[in-house]
Amino acid sequence: MTTSNASLLISGASLADGTRGALYVHDGVLADPASAPSGVERLDADGLLALPGLVDLHTHLRQPGREDAETVASGTAAAARGGYTCVHAMANTDPVTDTAEAAAYVQALGERDGHCEVRVVGAVTKGLDGAELAELGLMATSRAGVRVFSDDGRCVDDSLIMRRALTYVKSFDGVVAQHSQDPRLAGPGACCHESEYSGRLGLPGWPSQAESVVVARDVQLAELTGSRLHVCHVSTAESVDVVRWAKARGIQVTAEVTPHHLLLDTALVCDYDTTFKVNPPLRTSEHLEAVRDALADGTIDSVGTDHAPHARQDKDHPFDVALPGMIGLEQALAVVVDVMVNTGRMDWSTLVERMSTAPARIGRVAGQGRPLLVGEPANLVLVDPSSRAIVDGAASASRARNNPYHGRDLPDPVVATIWNGAVTYRR
Amino acid sequence: MRHLLSAGDLDLASALSILDGAEEMQQVQSRPVKKLPALRGRTVVNIFFEDSTRTRTSFEIAGKWLSADTINVSAKGSSVSKGESLRDTMLTLDAMGVDAFVIRHPSSGAAQQVAGWVKAKVINAGDGQHEHPTQALLDAYSMRHHFRSLGSAQASGAGTEFQGKKIAIIGDLLHSRVVRSNVLLQRTLGGEVVLVAPPTLLPTGVETWGCPVTSDFDAALADADIVMMLRVQRERMAGGFFPSEREYAEGYGLTEARLAAMKPGAAICHPGPMNRGVEISSAAADAANSLVLDQVAGGVAVRMSVLYHLLGSDEGARQ
Repeated sequence: MTTSNASLLISGASLADGTRGALYVHDGVLADPASAPSGVERLDADGLLALPGLVDLHTHLRQPGREDAETVASGTAAAARGGYTCVHAMANTDPVTDTAEAAAYVQALGERDGHCEVRVVGAVTKGLDGAELAELGLMATSRAGVRVFSDDGRCVDDSLIMRRALTYVKSFDGVVAQHSQDPRLAGPGACCHESEYSGRLGLPGWPSQAESVVVARDVQLAELTGSRLHVCHVSTAESVDVVRWAKARGIQVTAEVTPHHLLLDTALVCDYDTTFKVNPPLRTSEHLEAVRDALADGTIDSVGTDHAPHARQDKDHPFDVALPGMIGLEQALAVVVDVMVNTGRMDWSTLVERMSTAPARIGRVAGQGRPLLVGEPANLVLVDPSSRAIVDGAASASRARNNPYHGRDLPDPVVATIWNGAVTYRR
Repeated sequence: MRHLLSAGDLDLASALSILDGAEEMQQVQSRPVKKLPALRGRTVVNIFFEDSTRTRTSFEIAGKWLSADTINVSAKGSSVSKGESLRDTMLTLDAMGVDAFVIRHPSSGAAQQVAGWVKAKVINAGDGQHEHPTQALLDAYSMRHHFRSLGSAQASGAGTEFQGKKIAIIGDLLHSRVVRSNVLLQRTLGGEVVLVAPPTLLPTGVETWGCPVTSDFDAALADADIVMMLRVQRERMAGGFFPSEREYAEGYGLTEARLAAMKPGAAICHPGPMNRGVEISSAAADAANSLVLDQVAGGVAVRMSVLYHLLGSDEGARQ
């Protein structure tokens, strides 16, 4: 997909800071509304909010390798429906994105099929095996220009490898995005949060500390190396405490929380519905409260969807065998609005910071997460703050149906998404 | 009853009805011709995704003595190794017109998931570390016999034999499906369960199960009416749950000394298979007050009763 030459005059929209005015989308950028010709196409956005397009640091597009579960085309279509104008494609594809060629291939897929900008995430280690560094530098200098490196799905467990990776990416301003999970404390069978529920259900659980002990190690390695660490999908109160401590010390750490860890709790596993199997697992209400507070006060910088599409046959197994993961691109904004904005925990400007500005900054994405000012790229989403709907998991642009919000009453905010001046979604 | 997935699904009336029915079924076992026509024309598939000798055989005999057409499917590893999902495996068999599945699976929750997919009735014959409801029923059946043999049956009616009785369950509570079902069933029947295990083998949240929990076997032993020993698997040692078999036996085994310390009239249960010398000494396993073989004999009668309760009426036919 390329930049649209179409012009569009959006009138009546409010911005996140409460100001109101017209936006003129022309040649892929925001132009002076006064310069719009009289016959230009108009979009009446009275009562709507215009926000910078959302940026996701954590998306599984499954291509190459599992095109039956998701493709760049279907996943980014889901992103556009969710108000996103940029996603970061995680490296755990088949083959793994651990070479310059693999990164360039995903980059080309994004340019050809994307309904939003696709930024490539490179693996930290070859084959995600945690043993040898992947070609971090060559991926960075490839045309994909990789800046975010992650073995997500697996933890970079070896402290020395983690130290080396942090040190190495510093030279090209990269960031290591860690999936924090101690592989011994959260053993291979661990499939839900260790709690009263796991005990009764007879499911091997993993304690919240299996996450926070890795976060505690990593922030100290970030301090040692002076490099940038991003903590993926923070799910526990203990991790929040560690990140808060690290930030107070001036360590360069950023963190993300997923929509599902903001809304859903571990009680949902009690019927062994594998839709709710996810890694890290859904936690208890105390942890939900902690990550909500942390997102509000900025200890957690960003929302990352961890959109993880799976084919039905990979979920139709017993709970401990089914693949972990749930989709989230289409409902991410809805969840954040419901949990954070409608409850008064966060205002719209802060939401923009957490869902657009901060992820773009962490990923070093130049044309995203920008204010809606004349001369800026036309990446925006029009939002109806009051609309609600019952989520229908079958009505999704994603190929996957592992939607944990199916049947829930949630906000239905996204009215239109515009990426580089082109309308990529319109309700 | 639609399915039997959890011992917690049974209210007092149904639990007692199954136990009373088992008494009648056991009478049949003393007849020269053991077969009853009750389930003629019904098809029961025993599908076992995990090895089992006693449970599978017991269900097979139970089905045959009730004249059901009983088919055993050994599915260990088959669906996963062929790349077939559990759902597809079960839907395939269900499409053949089966009336009931008796399912054993190494994964917790498998029976419940299957019940949501198939039209047939589902009996959980053990799902991972979750539940084994027919084991808890046969344990209750054996305990009830034992209590009655002591003359403690109360005049107020059947089922109250469990009131005030202390049932100590000792061993690997973390990985045991037997304990979870026993706790739920005894909550209904009125027995007072006391749980005993090394701290590393206690499930998370066990304090919410409504029974006292201790690591002091000797204290629990002193006033237990039933001492139920759970099998401890040797591979747990490698997992760091306890240092050695010797140390385990010392703290949590039913040794000869502990056998001698049991209160008069107390009896021993074990779901089997036993690790003699680890959780139970040979002296205890073969003691006069050991109910181990009664449990096995009662197992057939209890499973006949369960099958009859699920499939015996007109509503028992496949829907």
